[in-house]
Parts: sequence; C-alpha cells; structure tokens
Amino acid sequence: MEHLRTPKVENVRLLDRSSGQRKASIGTLYLSATHTIFVENNPESRKETWVLHSMVSSVERPPTIPAGSQLILRCKDFRVFQILIPQERDCLDVHTSLVRLSRPEKYSELYCLSFNPNVNKMEREESWNFIDLMADYKRMGVPNNLWVATAANSEYRVCDTYPSELFVPKMATPAIIVGSSRFRSRGRFPALSYFHQDTLAAVCRCSQPLSGFSGRCQEDEMMLQMLMKANPGSDYIYVVDTRPKLNAMANRAAGKGYENEDHYTNIKLQFIGIENIHVMRSSQQKIIDSEMRSPSMTDFLYGLENSGWLKHIKAILDAGLFIARAVADEGVSVLVHCSDGWDRTAQACSVASILLDPYYRTIKGLMVLIERDWVCFGHKFSHRYAHLDGDPKEVSPVIDQFLECVWQLSEQFPCAFEFNERFIISIHTHVYSSQYGTFLGNCQKERRDMRLRERSHSVWPQLWKDRAEYTNPLYQAELSQSQGVLRPNTTPYCFKMWKGLYNHTEKSTPPRQSPANFLSAVREESQQLEEELTNHQERIAALTGKPIMWEKIEVPRRRTSHLRQTHRGPDPPTTYTDTITSPAQDNGHTLSSEPANRKTPTQDPDLTLPLGPHTQLKSPIPDDLSTRSDLESGVADLSSCSSSRGDDGKDPDLGEAVFITA
Amino acid sequence: MEFAELIKTPRVDGVVLHRPFMPTVEGTLCLTGHHLILSSRQDNTEELWLLHSNIDSIEKRFVGSLGSIIVKCKDLRVIQLDIPGMEECLNIASSIEALSTLDSLSLMYPFFYRPMFEVIEDGWNSFLPEDAFKDLESMTDEWRLSEVNKDFSVCPSYPPLVAVPKYVDDDTLRKAATFRHGGRFPVLSYYHKKNGMVMMRAGQPLTGTNGRRCKEDEKLINATLRPGKRGYIIDTRTINVAQQAKARGGGFESEANYPQWRRIHKAIERANILQESLIKLVEACNDQSHSMDRWLSKLEASNWQTHVKEILTTACLAAQCIDREGASVLVHGTEGTDSTLQVTSLAQIILDPACRTIRGFQGLVEREWLQAGHPFQQRCAQSAYSNSKPRQEAPSFLLFLDCVWQILRQFPCSFEFSEGFLVLVFEHAYASQFGTFLGNSTAERAKLSLPEKTVSLWSWVNRPQELERLTNPLYEANSLVIWPSVAPQSLLLWEGVFLRWNRSSKCLDEAYEEMVHIIAYNKELQNKVNSLRRQLAQLETEDPLLQTP
Repeated sequence: MEHLRTPKVENVRLLDRSSGQRKASIGTLYLSATHTIFVENNPESRKETWVLHSMVSSVERPPTIPAGSQLILRCKDFRVFQILIPQERDCLDVHTSLVRLSRPEKYSELYCLSFNPNVNKMEREESWNFIDLMADYKRMGVPNNLWVATAANSEYRVCDTYPSELFVPKMATPAIIVGSSRFRSRGRFPALSYFHQDTLAAVCRCSQPLSGFSGRCQEDEMMLQMLMKANPGSDYIYVVDTRPKLNAMANRAAGKGYENEDHYTNIKLQFIGIENIHVMRSSQQKIIDSEMRSPSMTDFLYGLENSGWLKHIKAILDAGLFIARAVADEGVSVLVHCSDGWDRTAQACSVASILLDPYYRTIKGLMVLIERDWVCFGHKFSHRYAHLDGDPKEVSPVIDQFLECVWQLSEQFPCAFEFNERFIISIHTHVYSSQYGTFLGNCQKERRDMRLRERSHSVWPQLWKDRAEYTNPLYQAELSQSQGVLRPNTTPYCFKMWKGLYNHTEKSTPPRQSPANFLSAVREESQQLEEELTNHQERIAALTGKPIMWEKIEVPRRRTSHLRQTHRGPDPPTTYTDTITSPAQDNGHTLSSEPANRKTPTQDPDLTLPLGPHTQLKSPIPDDLSTRSDLESGVADLSSCSSSRGDDGKDPDLGEAVFITA
Repeated sequence: MEFAELIKTPRVDGVVLHRPFMPTVEGTLCLTGHHLILSSRQDNTEELWLLHSNIDSIEKRFVGSLGSIIVKCKDLRVIQLDIPGMEECLNIASSIEALSTLDSLSLMYPFFYRPMFEVIEDGWNSFLPEDAFKDLESMTDEWRLSEVNKDFSVCPSYPPLVAVPKYVDDDTLRKAATFRHGGRFPVLSYYHKKNGMVMMRAGQPLTGTNGRRCKEDEKLINATLRPGKRGYIIDTRTINVAQQAKARGGGFESEANYPQWRRIHKAIERANILQESLIKLVEACNDQSHSMDRWLSKLEASNWQTHVKEILTTACLAAQCIDREGASVLVHGTEGTDSTLQVTSLAQIILDPACRTIRGFQGLVEREWLQAGHPFQQRCAQSAYSNSKPRQEAPSFLLFLDCVWQILRQFPCSFEFSEGFLVLVFEHAYASQFGTFLGNSTAERAKLSLPEKTVSLWSWVNRPQELERLTNPLYEANSLVIWPSVAPQSLLLWEGVFLRWNRSSKCLDEAYEEMVHIIAYNKELQNKVNSLRRQLAQLETEDPLLQTP
C-alpha cells in the first residue's frame, strides 16, 4: 500500500483512555492497509487491539516528551487511544500514514470493498435480500384501497435520493407526483413511511416546499389533499415541520419555507424545534469533551446542560411522540418534513414508528425500520458519518440521536424491546465503520451505481446471526408495556446520559456486574435444564415402563412493586399480603407439554448417569460473571481515588492520586 | 386523652384524595391521634393510612367553599385532599399541623403501636455491642470491651460498651475523652480481617488556638498502630474549615504531636448545607414544567450529586488506606456524628461483604449510626418540605443510603438486599411505627425505655415473608472488596427515592417482576431436574440390566 510508510514499530506504549486503563501496555504497533494493530509484549496475554482505519476520526500529535513522541487516536465510537513511540521519526511516519489511511478519498479504498467474510457469492447475494421492505409494507397492510405503489420514481427519474419503490395515496397520479416533487426541495415529494392499520392514519414524509413568501403549487396542494383523503377517518392532516419556526421562516427568504395554511386547506401546521445538523455536531462534541475531562460533578452537570444534548434528544422524542399520538389517538395522518427531509424527518418518522408498532421493537424490526426510514429514504450516511474525506460541515450525529432515543425508551420500558443496549451500539459502530456495504453511500441510486450488492456484504444477516448476544432477557411481548403504542414520559428528569455509548469503562475488563448478562445466563441455563428435564422424563418413562408424566414447571408470578409503599396502620392491613395471581400460563416459560418425538432414550448411548457431584451441575455462566472473583482489580476504576502510586507506568495525562494532594 | 383536644374535627365525609399516577379516591376522612385515614368504605379500594409524623408540611387552598389541603410527606410524597366545607377544611388542617409537630417523644406512635405479627426475634437484642465484640474476639485479641461509659458519663452519645485497644486503660480513655468533641474519644469502628488494619472514629480534638495536646489521646491512637507503621487520619473537613474550628475550641491533630499519622482533609459539607441541598433537589424533581436546561441547571445547583460524590470518594479513600495501603485509619469531622459515620459505614460496605447482607446491613446501621450516636431525632425531624427554619435537620443518613444505592447499582449482584430495603430504611428513619429510630443516642433510648415499650424495625424485617420481599434476586455472595467508580457520570440521581412519586412505576415494576420470575423459574427447574436425576440413578442401580443397551 502506497500510504503505509512504516508497517511496524516496536516498544510502543498504548493507553486505552476511554476504558479507564491507567497503566500503559508495552508492545508492537503494526499498520495494515485496513487496521492499526497493537500487540502486547506481555507473553501471557499477548493482547491485541485492532482499530479499523475508517473508525479513526482524528489523529493528534501532542508535543514530544522525554520518553518519546505521542499520538492521540480518537475514534468514531468514542474510544481514545494514547500512543507513545520512542523515536520521533517513527511517530511522524505513523502519523502521516494514519492521517491518510483514516481519510479515504474514494469509496474503493474503503474496507467494505476488501472485507471478505467467509461466505460465497450466493450467500452474499442472499444477504442483501435478508431485509425485505415490501414484506414489511405488506405487514402493515399496504398496498390497499387507500395506498398504492407508484412506479413514478423507477430509475430514480423524479427524485434521485428516494428509493425506486414508493407508496402514495391511490388517487395520486404520476402527474401530481411529478408536479409536487418540483415544488419540494430536491424533489422529495410526500410518500408513505408508516401506515397504522388500527386507525388507517399514516405517517408520510417529504422535504420543505419551495414556497418562498407566496409561491404555491396546485399539484402539491392536491397531493396533501389526497393524503388527507387516504384516511377516511379524518378531515385534516397534521403537517409537522420538525424545524424551529424561526429557521423555517428564514428559509422562505431563500425561496423555500413551509406550507401556507391559507393555500392548503385542511392542514394543521406544527413546528417541533429540532435543531439543525450543525448545532447537533457541536453539541455532541461538547458532551464528548466534558466526558474526557472527567471533571467534578458540578462541571459534569454543567457540561451536560451546556452541551444541550439531552435537550435535543428530548425534542426528537417529543416529535416522535406527537406524531404517534396524532396517528394512534386522534387517527389523523401526519406529513413530516424538515429542510431536505433526510435528517430530522428520518429521526421523527422512525421514532414515531417505534412508538406505534411493537414490531419495530424487535431485533429484526429495528433492522427493517433503519433500512426503510434511513437507508432507502436517502439519509446521507457517507456524508454524515464521514466515510470519505469530505466537507466536515456535512458530518453530524443524526442517527446517533435516533439510536439514543431508542435507548432512552428502553430504559423507560425495560420489557418492551427484544434487543439490548449492545445491539444498538453495534448498529452505531457499523454505521461508522463501513465494514459492510449497508450504510455506504448517500442514497439508493448511489449504492446501485456503485454495485455494492456485488462488491460488498450486508450487515443485517451478520447481526441476525449473533442475535443471542443481542437479546434482552427481560423482553416480554405479552406484557402490556410491550404491546400497542408506547407512551413515554418526556419530562426532563426521565432522560439520562447514555453512558454505555460514550464511556467504554463499563465494557472494559474487569466488567462491572450486569444484571442483563446475569439474566441472559440464567435463561440460557434454564433452556438447557428444560432439555435435560425432557430427557430424564423420557428415560424414566422408558425404565419404568410407565407413560411419561409431562409436568409443567410453574412458578407463580409475584405481583409486587419493587418499591412497595409501606402501610403504617395499626392492624396488619390487607395490602401486606401478596396478591398471588394465578400462575402465568402464557409467559412462554412453561415447559412444552407436547410429547417429544425423539427416539426412545434407552437406545441413547450418550446418556450418562448423573450421580454425586453432578447433582449440583451448575451450567455454564459466561466468563464475565466468573470474573466477579476478580472485582478487586476494579480498583483502577476509582478514578478520583487512585492507588496508582505503586504503578510504574507513570502517565502524565492521568488524574493524580488523591494521596499526593493530601 | 390529650389527642382529643387537638382533633377539632375527627371525621369528614365526601373527601377526595388526589395522588399522582393513581386514581382519585372519594371517601371519609378520619383523624386519629396518630393517623390520617381516608377510606372509601368499599372493598377492593385501598385505604390511605398516613402517619402524622410522616407529614412534613401542609398547604391550604380555597376555591369557593371547597378547600384543599396539600399534604407533603417526609417520604417526599405529595397528596391533595379536597374537603367540602371551609370550616371542616380549616379544622382538619390545624389538627394535622398540631398532631404532626408534637414535641413529646412519648406521644409518638411507636409507644402506642401493638404488633399484630409474631415477633420471631426481638430486634432490640439482635445487634448488641457485646455480640459484635464476640465476632471481633474471634479474629484478634488486641482489643477489649470497655465499660468506661456504662452510665453515659464519659460520652453521652456513645453506647455503654465500646471497643478500645487492649492495653489502654479506662483512665486514659476518660482523659482522652476530655480532649475530644462531645467526649467522643477514638473507638474501634471496623477491623479488617484480611490484614488486621483498623478503622477508628472520634470527635475532633479540642486543640483550640493555642495548640493544646493530650498525651492520653496520642497514646490511645498510637496503641492501634503496629510497630513501625504509620496511620492515616481522615478529617472530613477541608483544612480551612478545620483551621476555623480552632477558634471555637476545636481543631485537628498536628504533625508534631502525631508524627506517626498522616492527615488527609476532605470536603464533606456540614449539616445545614446538606439540608438546603435536599430541599433544592426535591424542589427541582417536583417541578414538571422545567425545560431540560432548567432541570439540569437546578439539579446541578442543588449540589446533591456533588455531596454524594464527595462522601463516596472519602469512603473509598478510607477503604483504600486500609485495604491497599495496609494502614490503620482514624476518621473524624467536627462532632463525629455525621460525616464521620457516613465515611466509616460506607467504607465497611466496600470492604466487608457481611455488610452487604440484609442482616449485616442492619448491624451496620445499628453499630455505625444508632449506637454511634447519630442524632436521628434531630436530623430527621423535618425533611425536604419543611417551611420552618432548619435547626438540626440534615439528610446525613439519607445521603449514606444514597451512596449505598450507588454502590448497589454498580454491583447489582453483590448485595443480598434490593433497593426496596434501602427505601424502607429511609422511610422508617423519618416516620415509623417502630421505635428503632427514635431518640438521639443510646442514652436517650434507654431513658425512654424504647426496647421495652416499642417494637424494633428489625423485629418486623427479620421474618421470612419480609426477608423474601427484600431479597435481591440477583445476589450471589461476593467475598471481595468492591471498588465503586466515583466518576461523575457513574453517579446517578436516586430515582427510587427522588422520582418515586413523580412518574409511573408500572413498567419498572413489571421488569422487576420479570427478573424475579426468570430466576425463580430457574431455581424450580433445577430442583426438578435434580430430583429426576436422583430418581433415575436409583432406577438404574435397581435394575443394572437396563444399563446395557
């Protein structure tokens, strides 16, 4: 590779700052065409750290110190590596190489086009069909006598950033579509995002109208009229402009703007006030900065407030909630737009879908949703997530915010989501890493022109394969909180800082105890026990010659609040006693009562006799649980109370120990 | 009966009760000597029983002839009672006011409460100092139990029995006590079995401006050091505050007189500042109209999280000195009854797995708070809604519980108890039918004959059905030291207390239930599989022929 100046440097010190590592490890640094690889010298661990070049967002070179020259690698997944290289010359070479490698200029330099997972051509082609959007439209009941597919945008003739397959009101003729698209920024005419079968109301999306101060367009007005008519239950629609009203007004001076309620009959205009991508970019930068400083509580809370990040998250969630309420409670269709209709619009529509439809709260459902509202509807992934070296003003954490909204919701509704935090973070990583072709490019047409389906792989089947790792053990589709429309509380105090994304401390060794991991392990063990139970029952039946007694294991559910209200009456009041509801029949935990169609166990040669110590056979609980035996080493996490006095790896950038200040 | 004079209107019909996130209830309001009761007199609907002592303050509002009383409770709940009739409303309000501010301890509900449950073990006798000392004796013979304070004359806030170094006699203790604030001479708080290091606590030394010294005090604390070893003195105040204390007769240990000790100053705030902080925090949590900016800025301005961080950091430091540096520690602030106890008790949570069990935690609260003379009566007289000027009130104990919750949240599998237990202890510290948290010291409790006349909270807790409810389903005994992270982003607002009444808990309750169920089902399966295994083994030995295929 021509950009590799030096492939290998020895005696390098590496410090993974974001994971709270306090002592640098010494090892060898390798640069490959795709990765920076660090291998520890320590013969016992030989720990390897791999950083994909495309995940590097910046490479800084702080002033040289006596021990050598430093590099600071900041990654798009918020990891920060500090590297100390003995020779300045080597450091310069690594720096130059990394700067170049982390900023590919052409798509062809990207990892996804050289990444070759172990699958054949057929499997690769299959992988692209894993998510079938038409099947999802069908699931929501589209097409029907209100909404139909239109061929207007085939070959991307009308709008080059839209998908070729779109749904519009039945009455919308190609002429109306084309007319409307001429009156909308970048031709992004109103099209269906989500159809709500229960109320027949729909969520539609588009870009801002090119109205200026007085412009109007008959076809566009007709188009909105048809959106309204496509919902027999209502005589108006909401037009949700997700921008602050001031921004929308300012756009009028540039010949753009928002719908004039005098020209469009039967619309109700609603401004939400989500800020633009530039505000969001600097907001996230502020929150990362305040994280890295590891400041006092006051500084931290001030930094959090000052960044405005949670305020923005709340605005997006409020937008989604407004749309969901309109559709589900009022039965009114909503047309959503911002300026170009590919950032804030994507956020608001997809949050609304998550709130409206439990399907999108499943692992597969979230993939479908991202594929529809983000990938297909032309969210500019390559620009926003800097896949190529380009205009830094185009970069903005738009999908980060959507994913964070999903996380905030999962905190309020712990049983409503099939996936866990790890899944959301994995998607985040893949959006930035361009390891797979799924998120490459800025719209469907670009992806088609790049022939990505032939040259790269889709990420979704990979994530699906690992779904066991991404499953939320508390997910219960039957619970009322999981069904129907989610109604989150958006009072400010319900929002939390998403530590899992920005702070890698908890993911590093030693892992903190995680209830989710614990419960996943318990559930896994239960599954094995269920199998074992079946085996034993069959074997006992065979030995005794009696028919199998299929016993159900039932555990009554305790209806109890985890924070009970204590009663202070003089008598033992009735509320002291637990109301034990009848054993849940429908919780999916009960053993299958179907007779197993297995061969008679007496013929099973593998069956061993479990005796003695086996009776306490504790099944495999993942490693990270057993590491509880080494929690003590977590002392390093005591960031403001360090015991690093004895450590030899003195690092100037680390917080000093309290002892010294005493 | 004196109560009758205070109750101007004992009963009003047609009263409507409003509670956030719960259906309104219409019914009859009754006032008794200790309770405010609202009953709809229908089956299935919940009755409200509110202890007058749980009421922090009330507000009256009138719209026409309909009066409303807004009742703000010490457990931070706010409820509204709509009372038809101006006169009734005024009568009820003034009765509540009078009944909730009774001064005399002997009129408190615990003296009238008769338990209807079977007391299996009398909580008043469960955690006696002599029993705790027996545990200590099994580990070391370097300490003795002194009776020097048996009539509470040496230190009124200490229990009659305290553990002190074996070779320090009672005369030395008496003299050392005159040199310490409130007579609180250094006593043993914790013995670290792993390396024999100890944590002691005391009041500040009374050096004054002219640098008084006390040979007995020096002898006493030096007696706890191994030969050639140095110890750490953790002063919970900043050096400036400690300097200023000299002018009022207090002070700190000088290097010259305590050469074997290294002094570290931390910055845990004083009682009145903590109380202000609590009031601000709760006010911020209760205002739903905030924008995000305003909420975060009020949260920050309350400084509550800063206090949590500071206390936890200091406790970690003490634990670190003992476990990592292998040094003994003496902790004190000014009086030695607030910040000192926060630090010594939290350090034990970190160091000693026994304190993370339900019973061990009760013992910790008994030893390090109740017997150690934390003035609960004064500190918990009012909570966050108090209108009156704070006198001695302070949420020292609530902050301790908050810190425990932070550690529990970071190590959710290492505690035998669940969050509910901490909330329960918080509630009972402020208002209770049990006598446990009445009075300011062991001496006061003895004078009131609390152990004879009231029921202990622990008697109620330590019954199988309660224990089961308070048990953390995720618990797996962890015998190690647990080091919590004290980075600001690792410390969260304790929602279980501060947002408890401000949002619906339904979804979180369901999640908790689900968690309990997953684990209970697993246990049941294990039992079943084990019994089948045994059955199988038996069958197969009975009939060896069957083993050959």
